[in-house]
Amino acid sequence: MNISEGNAGAKTFHNASTLKAEDRRERLTFLGLSMPAVLAILIVVFLPIFWLSSLSFYNAAGELSTENYARIFESALYRRTFVVTFQISIAVTVICILLGYPLCYLLTKVKDRTAAILMIFVLVPFWTSVLVRTYAWLVLLQRNGIINSSLMSLGIIEEPLQLAHNLTGSIIGMVHIMLPFLILPLYATMRNIDTDLVRAAVGLGSSPRGAFWRVFFPMSLPGLFAGIVLVFILSLGFFVTPALLGGGRVQMLAQRIESTITIYSNWGAASALGVVLLLLALVMIWLMNRVFGLDKLFMR
Amino acid sequence: MSSTAQSLPIEISSLCKAYGPIKALDDVSLNIAAGEFLTLLGPSGSGKTTLLMALAGFVRPDGGSIRFGDQEMIATPPHKRGLGMVFQSYALFPFMTVAENVAYPLKIRGVSKSDQKTRVERVLDTVELGGYGDRRITQLSGGQRQRVALARAMVFEPQIILMDEPLSALDKKLREHMQIELKALHQKLDATVVYVTHDQREALTMSDRIAVVNHGRIEQIDTPERLYRQPHSFFVADFIGESISLPVTVANDTAQLGGRVLKSDLAIAPGSGGHRLVIRPELLEVMSGPVPEEANDLSGRVNDIIYQGDSVLVIVEHNSVGMINVRVPANRAGQTGLPSKGEKIGLALHPEDTIIVPEHVS
Repeated sequence: MNISEGNAGAKTFHNASTLKAEDRRERLTFLGLSMPAVLAILIVVFLPIFWLSSLSFYNAAGELSTENYARIFESALYRRTFVVTFQISIAVTVICILLGYPLCYLLTKVKDRTAAILMIFVLVPFWTSVLVRTYAWLVLLQRNGIINSSLMSLGIIEEPLQLAHNLTGSIIGMVHIMLPFLILPLYATMRNIDTDLVRAAVGLGSSPRGAFWRVFFPMSLPGLFAGIVLVFILSLGFFVTPALLGGGRVQMLAQRIESTITIYSNWGAASALGVVLLLLALVMIWLMNRVFGLDKLFMR
Repeated sequence: MSSTAQSLPIEISSLCKAYGPIKALDDVSLNIAAGEFLTLLGPSGSGKTTLLMALAGFVRPDGGSIRFGDQEMIATPPHKRGLGMVFQSYALFPFMTVAENVAYPLKIRGVSKSDQKTRVERVLDTVELGGYGDRRITQLSGGQRQRVALARAMVFEPQIILMDEPLSALDKKLREHMQIELKALHQKLDATVVYVTHDQREALTMSDRIAVVNHGRIEQIDTPERLYRQPHSFFVADFIGESISLPVTVANDTAQLGGRVLKSDLAIAPGSGGHRLVIRPELLEVMSGPVPEEANDLSGRVNDIIYQGDSVLVIVEHNSVGMINVRVPANRAGQTGLPSKGEKIGLALHPEDTIIVPEHVS
């Protein structure tokens, strides 16, 4: 063999340098393949974020200041916006859990075919434009919409209910749009729970209810947690639905940012709001992870 | 392990369960003695698992009776049957430690914390996992998980323990080791064990009695030795052990193979669909001299010799019935005087080894 390498006496493997070169080439190939995506994310996501957040440190006169942040914490209007945003997001998340968890559980219990059909009912709205769905809700919920008129003709109510152009309307619309974000990760997790585990719990003496709470529920938590984070974070920054179904009476953070720019054209103030929203979202993710302690639950 | 509870006998009578046109359990009746190790053996789809799940209460039969001791259990929900269960997948709770898993049935039964601790420690010692209590399930090997599942099933001293192919996920060596261990453990426990497997060797190794299940019926229930040496049907003979079979004609309780009367000490079980002679390769004797008068002569010519390590398989061509397999030990005694390929070989099938079975049990 004439491909021997290395200094005489030093222990080298046959073809070692050729194999090392192959290793290097492979690493470079992977780096090269991922570069376009990394660059795209840098340019399209991170640069604008840095640019926008840097704007928040300039006042209207173009001087460096923390005026924009001070205003957020001093102004009652801004504080109110934050409170409303959190209230709505929490309400939407809780309602999504209450509706989504039983539905996912049902999906794991029925036959595969039935589950697939039920899943279509979840997915088709999910694939439909948010704008279309919001306007559809507007039609359903308005004073003389289908819901009010049928409830009145049935004699259940005398006066039409105020369902749209307020908080109720915003929450109904948002729950509808957010529900799939809870269902999809939760269902994926539930499907992977070994049914033998619940059987084992029952076989060892747990009542079916006990087995659910002691075994099934803890095992579904990672999926539930993922769903909660998705729904809550998306709700914090939601714009279209509260803007249309809230009828101007509901002001969430994203709407405040929009009006700050379009009406007052104050980019500094708007970007300060955006930075605070981003930080809040990150803190919420961190907090939820701490509370659920899921990394401990599934240490592998 | 000391036990406060006495093991219970199980009485199954006329148990039926159909899935559409398929009868998973076809009028099954079976008595299991208190403290017995009974194995349900059968191919996949035979109904053995359905029977076990009916005992556990996870499958609701169409009719019949299941009694534990003198108590009718047929309508009792699974969590009130008081059984220990070991699943094929072990079904250990991945978010609990070993000790928490084992303590689970005790916790459900409201056993005090301190009592839980001592009992969990004792049972973990029994399965040789002392000191593993704080480990996570994911940190254990397959064999260790198996022991945890076992510990969890017996920690609350159930009178009956059901096991659904608990060793099938282990590799061969570990499986054989665990078979011996399980058998020893059963002798320490005062519990009736119903064990499901499709591995005939495992069933032979561990059981007091084996019930061979086929098409939702019990074909034969017997001790391992009787099942092996005196099968009642071709299915049982074929499923258990290695064998070749040759069609024979039976008239007036005597069987004929190729026109010659077969001498057999064994009774021919009643049945239908014709009869077969079952030849187990290790029961044939290679004769250096002539085949004795009292034995059946199956002599022929050596067609091939296959070395298999622990034994040597000799394929013999018999001039009227075809190929016959003979297994001889690989030691010197087995190899001395063994003819080589193409030579004549004298084969004797002794009357006590001459197994004649009907195609179907009646």
